[in-house]
Amino acid sequence: MGPIAKLLAQRISLGLLLLLLVSIVIFVGTSILPGDVAQQILGQSATPEALANLREELGVNDPPVTRYLNWLGGLLTGDLGTALTSGQSINEAIGRRLSNTLFLAVCAAVIAVPLAIFLGLLAVRYQERWPDKAISASTLTTISMPEFVIGYIMMFIFGVQLRWFSPTAVGYRPEADFFTRLESIALPVIVLTLVVLAHMMRMTRAAILNVMQSAYIETAELKGMSTFSVIRKHAFPNAVAPIVNVVMLNLAYLVVGVVVVEVVFVYPGMGQYLVDHVTKRDLPVVQACGIIFAAIYIGLNLVADVVSIVTNPRLRHPK
Amino acid sequence: MSIRIPLAALLGLFFTGLFFLVAVFAPLLAPYGYDEVVSSGFWDPSSSEYWLGTDGIGRDLLSRIIYGLRTTIWIATLATLLSFTTGSVLGFLAAVMGGWVDQALSRFVDLIMSIPSLIFALVILSITPITITVLILVMGFLDSTRVYRLARAVAVDITVMDYVEAAKLRGEKYIWIIFREILPNALSPLVAEMGLRFIFMVLFISTLSFLGLGIQPPQADLGGIVRENAEGLTYGIGAALYPAITIALLAISVNLVADWVLARTTSLKGGRG
Repeated sequence: MGPIAKLLAQRISLGLLLLLLVSIVIFVGTSILPGDVAQQILGQSATPEALANLREELGVNDPPVTRYLNWLGGLLTGDLGTALTSGQSINEAIGRRLSNTLFLAVCAAVIAVPLAIFLGLLAVRYQERWPDKAISASTLTTISMPEFVIGYIMMFIFGVQLRWFSPTAVGYRPEADFFTRLESIALPVIVLTLVVLAHMMRMTRAAILNVMQSAYIETAELKGMSTFSVIRKHAFPNAVAPIVNVVMLNLAYLVVGVVVVEVVFVYPGMGQYLVDHVTKRDLPVVQACGIIFAAIYIGLNLVADVVSIVTNPRLRHPK
Repeated sequence: MSIRIPLAALLGLFFTGLFFLVAVFAPLLAPYGYDEVVSSGFWDPSSSEYWLGTDGIGRDLLSRIIYGLRTTIWIATLATLLSFTTGSVLGFLAAVMGGWVDQALSRFVDLIMSIPSLIFALVILSITPITITVLILVMGFLDSTRVYRLARAVAVDITVMDYVEAAKLRGEKYIWIIFREILPNALSPLVAEMGLRFIFMVLFISTLSFLGLGIQPPQADLGGIVRENAEGLTYGIGAALYPAITIALLAISVNLVADWVLARTTSLKGGRG
């Protein structure tokens, strides 16, 4: 087994272990914290019988380990249980909403990733000159604003005042044709792009600068290689891993940004579903959404690591 | 030695100071009470009587923002303090004790950090009652993981110094080593980080309140006021933008100060640079 395969196997099993531990944290976190789920659902005026019935139904009386194993078993077989508040299957609701959320996130990523890499390169090319400074100033501004602030400002200017885009995504229909769907989510996509763009640019800039300042680039330049071949042979192979890393970390960040942006634009996705059910204290839904968000987050981080292992020239050509 | 403060940092200092003063003296500055209904209309435009107009149920928006600022700053400050005390004490402890204590704490922190903070907070808040104390505890706990990593990294470099070795050989207790040897030397990078953590807390509590899972009405912080007035936006009423911009200004001014402090301390010995 080559060193790459071994490292990959290690990293992937570590990711799976992490996911298992996260499922325990989410489950235990919601089980041991003070607060009686039954009481929370029924309110203070509930009769003791009603409380007891609901507890029975929720399985709160079972030992925690049994409950956890049941829940985990359900997760692994693809059964997320039923929502307390509506009595409907969580699978169905999440299946629809997850694809909506992914559509939104993918659209934002498709715009943000190339743009961020391009602007990052621009910042490196014009280092310490005005494009670079403008980019760092805008970075400072966007990282100081919560997603919903950017969201409402954009909504007010472009949705309400200028009427360029529809101000909310209420009219979004998953069955509509591609362009109608794109049109109704234009604003959320722009906001999400802005949210991740700044970070991604800054990190791309740092990653490329790091590579360009290393000794082997200087050596290559000094021995008279053309700029193009320096980039192709030396800079690019070493810059791929850090850039992919930056992209993945920011996509992971996007997953969180999506939650807030969906609420701002009333978009029927996972984030809105999660927030709604936190308010309603619908534990099974919250647990299911929590583990899915965590899984996507861990998965993207895992991909970042895997790519940096695979593209690492030192690992690909072992001595 | 005179210190030349760059313009950006000066601006940041000025506005940060201003925001904190407004927060402290809110009851003196606000023209009306925070939940006092002063007008029978809703979303009145700004006038000499109500500088920023009124909100959706006829409360003076300026007064509400002033009180909201106070709540936001108050909660963010407490949560930052909590996160710092817990994070740095545990981080120092891990660095000084090493061995299984370090392993256990560090792996636990890795685990907590593998779940996005907002999602984690939502999961916790779905079960606990939402009160200010709970919010501060949750935010402080989740954020202490970041402080822990920084504190541990800084302290690991310090624990290999001869003077710490000497203190250990003298037979000093861990507490003494942490507070007398490590803390003074680790303080500058930690203080620089504090500004950034404070901003993060401001954004965190604003986001939670905006989602309806933070400060509960009729009390409000800045995020909550955005939420209350968001509906007006679709009718072309910009009331929600005032609190939203206040959040951004607060965060940007603290950021400018933090950047400056960070740039100064990393050039000093013992910084992260």
